[in-house]
Amino acid sequence: MKNRKLLLENVHIPGIETYDVYRKNGGYRSVEKAIKSLTPDEVVEEVKKSGLRGRGGAGFPTGMKWSFLAKPEGIPRYLVCNADESEPGTFKDRYLMEKIPHLLVEGMITASYALGANTSYIYIRGEFMYILHILEKAIAEAYDNGFLGKNILGKGYDLDLFVVPGGGAYICGEETALLESLEGKRGNPRIKPPFPAVKGLWGAPTVVNNVETIAAVVPIVNDGGEAYAAIGIGKSTGTKLISACGNLVKPGVYEIDLGLSIEEFIYGDDYCQGIANNKRLKACVPGGSSVPILPHYLVTKTANGDDRLMSYESLAEGAFASGSMLGSGGFIVFDEDQCIVRNTWNFTRFYAHESCGQCSPCREGTGWMEKVLYRLETGNGNLRDIDLLAEINKKIEGNTICPLGDAAAWPVAAAIRHFRDEFEWHVSHKEEAIKRNYGLSKEPMLA
Amino acid sequence: MPNMKRENNIAQTAAEFNGFSKETIAKFNEIKNHFPVGKEKSAIIRMLHLAQTEVGWLSTEAMDAVATFLNIQTIEVYEVATFYTMFHVNPVGKHVFEVCRTGPCMLVGSDQIIDYISEKLNIKVGETTADGEFTLKTVECLGACGYAPVLQCKYKFHENLTKDKVDELIEAYRSGIIEN
Repeated sequence: MKNRKLLLENVHIPGIETYDVYRKNGGYRSVEKAIKSLTPDEVVEEVKKSGLRGRGGAGFPTGMKWSFLAKPEGIPRYLVCNADESEPGTFKDRYLMEKIPHLLVEGMITASYALGANTSYIYIRGEFMYILHILEKAIAEAYDNGFLGKNILGKGYDLDLFVVPGGGAYICGEETALLESLEGKRGNPRIKPPFPAVKGLWGAPTVVNNVETIAAVVPIVNDGGEAYAAIGIGKSTGTKLISACGNLVKPGVYEIDLGLSIEEFIYGDDYCQGIANNKRLKACVPGGSSVPILPHYLVTKTANGDDRLMSYESLAEGAFASGSMLGSGGFIVFDEDQCIVRNTWNFTRFYAHESCGQCSPCREGTGWMEKVLYRLETGNGNLRDIDLLAEINKKIEGNTICPLGDAAAWPVAAAIRHFRDEFEWHVSHKEEAIKRNYGLSKEPMLA
Repeated sequence: MPNMKRENNIAQTAAEFNGFSKETIAKFNEIKNHFPVGKEKSAIIRMLHLAQTEVGWLSTEAMDAVATFLNIQTIEVYEVATFYTMFHVNPVGKHVFEVCRTGPCMLVGSDQIIDYISEKLNIKVGETTADGEFTLKTVECLGACGYAPVLQCKYKFHENLTKDKVDELIEAYRSGIIEN
């Protein structure tokens, strides 16, 4: 399968971050096409046809999300771009915004037109302050060239676009926490319903979409939803940005056609080129830290022995027993020297740190799991601790306002499910566990 | 109040706060206009970034000035400033090294980098050097996992860190080659 690029095709052209170069290379065509020849509903229709699914992690169909937007008379509607990229392992949006900022600005204009929003915001994590300035420069250029402001392209459509920074809080990637933060408050997620499509920013109907989702609207409008849907496999249409990191020869951001085999992605010359330092693959977290970890024997093959593909369905095959999720595309690879207990503790510490503290199961549970995992990692745990983790897990999962609780619980459950022997070894070999790592886990005998 | 506990050895070196500069106030006014009338509170996080950049940290006085500017209660500013981890509500050194400690960075050696910086500056994580030059902090994922290990100092990313690079960085900040 030849890798076709829809988002990053022009990323290496010198000066592509400027309006002139971007425009010369076909930039802002989607805005012209949409505003001059399509009604807003027709744009929504193209996005529905494309099969595009939310690229932030949840994978919800974008066209459907857009069609849920309430449109009461006399109340403004908002489009908010979620650029609060904070999921460990994920750095694709940063790459896109830094290298080709006008693509996001163009997508924001076209999408805002489709949704009937006259003011839109890009909420970007505070650590990316330098990208905020890159985006503001691109936005200023778009204003100067008549693609933002009043009466865009003389067709009577007005749009203002602003960038708003966060202050360092993972939770603000959750859409209702993001809206709270955008209103100038602590990032505490809201109880749903009402969903943002009905009551979002300042109580008005709002759509929140990931950077990559909004950027994908550009090729969808340019080439039509059907052309986009022709790429990919099954319900995983189009291309996806994958940010690969960990123990790889060539980590980085790759745009792949959905449906690419994971074998090729990890070992192929066009992609990550294998595991660094000639080591062997131990495990992989394919979609950001929140998704279940896969042991080496379930990374390139599913439990049925089929090739594992980069698609929403293939990665989820086997459900939580032997599968994982595509998530945000944060592809983290572990070599044979990595310690799963240590990594699980590290991720849990992350969630304990980032829990907003609103719901007790998450606030207390994440901290509790962190302590138990630290005990195990440092050789002070006992076998009962492993079951205790599973118990705490069950008490967090599904009992919180937002998915952070689940996101904290799943990786622990998956690590114990696939690497229980390694956890037990930490208990039975206290001295050794501090000094060295367990190595590869054995492949279970296939039934 | 968030910063009543001034155990930090450089508390006294932090400049007296006498209101924001004209440039910062102009920026405040500009940002306020990004939001509909009556929704100006949305500007708060960006204002706090600007305030911190100017003052070096968020003193109670600086936060109170932000509250006055937005015409909101001071508690509304404190609760935001203490929620978001980028804001320093206690005095910090001139250069704050915020080193990522999360999974993908750990896989490629961030623990060793953190230990090395700590040893080099002779401070523990969370502390400030006696001369008030450097503060070492650890932070969660900075979204630069493919270029790990990584640290951030005043919005600048320093990536693919090695011990040699850390040496160079400390020297560059100390001598002012890298400006804040």
